[in-house]
Amino acid sequence: MSAGGELAIRAQGLTRRFGALVAVDRVDLAVPRRAVHGFLGPNGSGKSTTIRMLCGLLTPSAGTIDVLGLSIPAQAEALRKRIGYMTQRFSLFEDLSVRENLEFMADIQALPRARARGRIAELLDEYRFVDRQRQLAGTLSGGQKQRLALACAIIHEPELLFLDEPTSAVDPESRRDFWEKLFELADKGTTLLVSTHYMDEAERCHRIAILDHGALVADGTPAELTARLDGRTLLVTTAEPRRAQQAILGADGVISVAQIGNSLRVLTAAGAGDACSRIAGALARAGQPAEVESVRASLEDVFVAATQRADAKPERVA
Amino acid sequence: MNLRRLWAIVLKELRQLRRDRITLAMILLVPIVQLILFGYAINLNLRGLAAGIADQANTAGSRVVVMDMIATGVIAPVAEARTPEELVAMLRRGDINVGIAIPPDFERRKADGSEAVQVMVDGSDTSVQGAAAQLAQLPLASIVGIGEAPLASTPPTRPVSVVAFYNPERRSAVNIVPGLIGVILTMTLVLFTAVAIVRERERGNMELLIATPLSRSELMLGKVLPYVVIGFVQTSVILALGVFLFAVPIRGSLLEVYVASGLLILANLTLGLLISTRARSQFQAMQMTFFVFLPSILLSGFMFPYAGMPALAQWFAEVLPLTHFLRLVRGIMLRGASLAELWLDAIALLVFTAVMMSAAILRFRKRLD
Repeated sequence: MSAGGELAIRAQGLTRRFGALVAVDRVDLAVPRRAVHGFLGPNGSGKSTTIRMLCGLLTPSAGTIDVLGLSIPAQAEALRKRIGYMTQRFSLFEDLSVRENLEFMADIQALPRARARGRIAELLDEYRFVDRQRQLAGTLSGGQKQRLALACAIIHEPELLFLDEPTSAVDPESRRDFWEKLFELADKGTTLLVSTHYMDEAERCHRIAILDHGALVADGTPAELTARLDGRTLLVTTAEPRRAQQAILGADGVISVAQIGNSLRVLTAAGAGDACSRIAGALARAGQPAEVESVRASLEDVFVAATQRADAKPERVA
Repeated sequence: MNLRRLWAIVLKELRQLRRDRITLAMILLVPIVQLILFGYAINLNLRGLAAGIADQANTAGSRVVVMDMIATGVIAPVAEARTPEELVAMLRRGDINVGIAIPPDFERRKADGSEAVQVMVDGSDTSVQGAAAQLAQLPLASIVGIGEAPLASTPPTRPVSVVAFYNPERRSAVNIVPGLIGVILTMTLVLFTAVAIVRERERGNMELLIATPLSRSELMLGKVLPYVVIGFVQTSVILALGVFLFAVPIRGSLLEVYVASGLLILANLTLGLLISTRARSQFQAMQMTFFVFLPSILLSGFMFPYAGMPALAQWFAEVLPLTHFLRLVRGIMLRGASLAELWLDAIALLVFTAVMMSAAILRFRKRLD
């Protein structure tokens, strides 16, 4: 058994500098096997760089990486047979047909001929390309391209699959469809690391890690992360939301105020006492009659709370 | 080296090539167009130079000299002048390439045996100069002797005789067509592989490829092999056209011509590959290709004779694959030499290929950093 035990990926102090820029800053990451692990963060937060280091495509400036029991980047070549990697940009050959792309990847993975034939037939069917197998990949729609890229990335049935923003240019229905495929893979025992900036996608992951400015700012299951914000998210119902917003922003320990229709969603900082009464008091002083209630935090609140603190320190839940 | 993966790359390249109509057209059209252009247009054995004539003597003898010069076909009279000064003005304006001045005292000079005719040449073009020099070789004595008593009883002596082997008619096509195989292979093949790796990088395919078990040598070799076939197709087109259109002889073994071409093809493809690992964009790759192509044409001996170059240029020419190929192919096709007799140049091409291929593989990293 691999040194990682039930962990598919374990990275410690992972750092990558590009000149003066620190793209990834001392990230510790533990990804258990057979799970969909979400990788959340704004653009430029270091998600792609981290994934590339984990695949052995980029050499870390500092830190250690253990993936599937292999030490990376030293044993990257051995790892490449066991992982699938779907890049952010469509990286298949646009001037090859759907079938030719699958054949190419089967050959590159050196699958035995019979198994290659079987896998190609299976994937064409499962990913609904039977009628399009002769179509050039460049002429597929955005959603179809991503489906094909996924099919090609898993032709050799990898143990671990890296997906770098797989759905960033895809319509909502195709996204749902795509995630169904990801869960099917997880059910069959594949470990998936998926980067995204869609909250609804993050919500569906077994675990998520949030990166901000290259640092890991939150890591845990969605339930654990939202539970951390208990009592810190409030819903304010008022007749004059714009003016009430000004009053709330003036109060202590307010991280953000977002208007949703006629109500305001308020996120407050931790350890500042009873947020509910504080905000109600601030509104009363400003002469703004309003109803303040504590609500269940969403993952978006987690994301905002994690990424808006200037002195970002990893907020560990697990 | 896994043959399955190597084949995957070869097959992919061929499939992509089949759909790339412009490149396909280039593979066949470039050799045909170049061969016809070079074969018909380039004639280093110049004929019909525009000539101006100032015959101040205007005797029967002087007119015979002029007629004889025209009869060589090297010059064609386009203007008459009264004085040599007028000829100089015409030369300067570019109206004529050659001026022929015959002084009023032509008959006396001839009798004295001193210089009787002056040929002025536009030296700004060296090939014109060379061609016009032939005019000076005309045996004046024998010309003038027609219908008269010979001036001297002894025939003009020729202490050194030159025998032109292999191309006695001095047809340029015979010299150019074998070399053109090399020029066309250099021009097209270096470019094909120079863009090969950069293109994958630009289109985003490279990140996918390097995350797979595909090895560096599988990728590099897989990129080269399809174009070897294309190189042989081009060689065949040029050879066939050369033989049928220009009656270029193949005096040595045809098989050895192909072996020599194969050596050049590999040298060029691996050079292109090295460029490709270096270039950051397809445009940059093309610029670098041009940077190699120009010295190849100028220094290899294709256009200008190797023997006339200064030592430094000769040194540089030895590094160019085209130089060695020209020696091989001219030797085999025109002189009927065997490859074994020309082994040194064959070895040079093999060494070049080995060095380029190793450098390309070493330079290529399966990393993004």
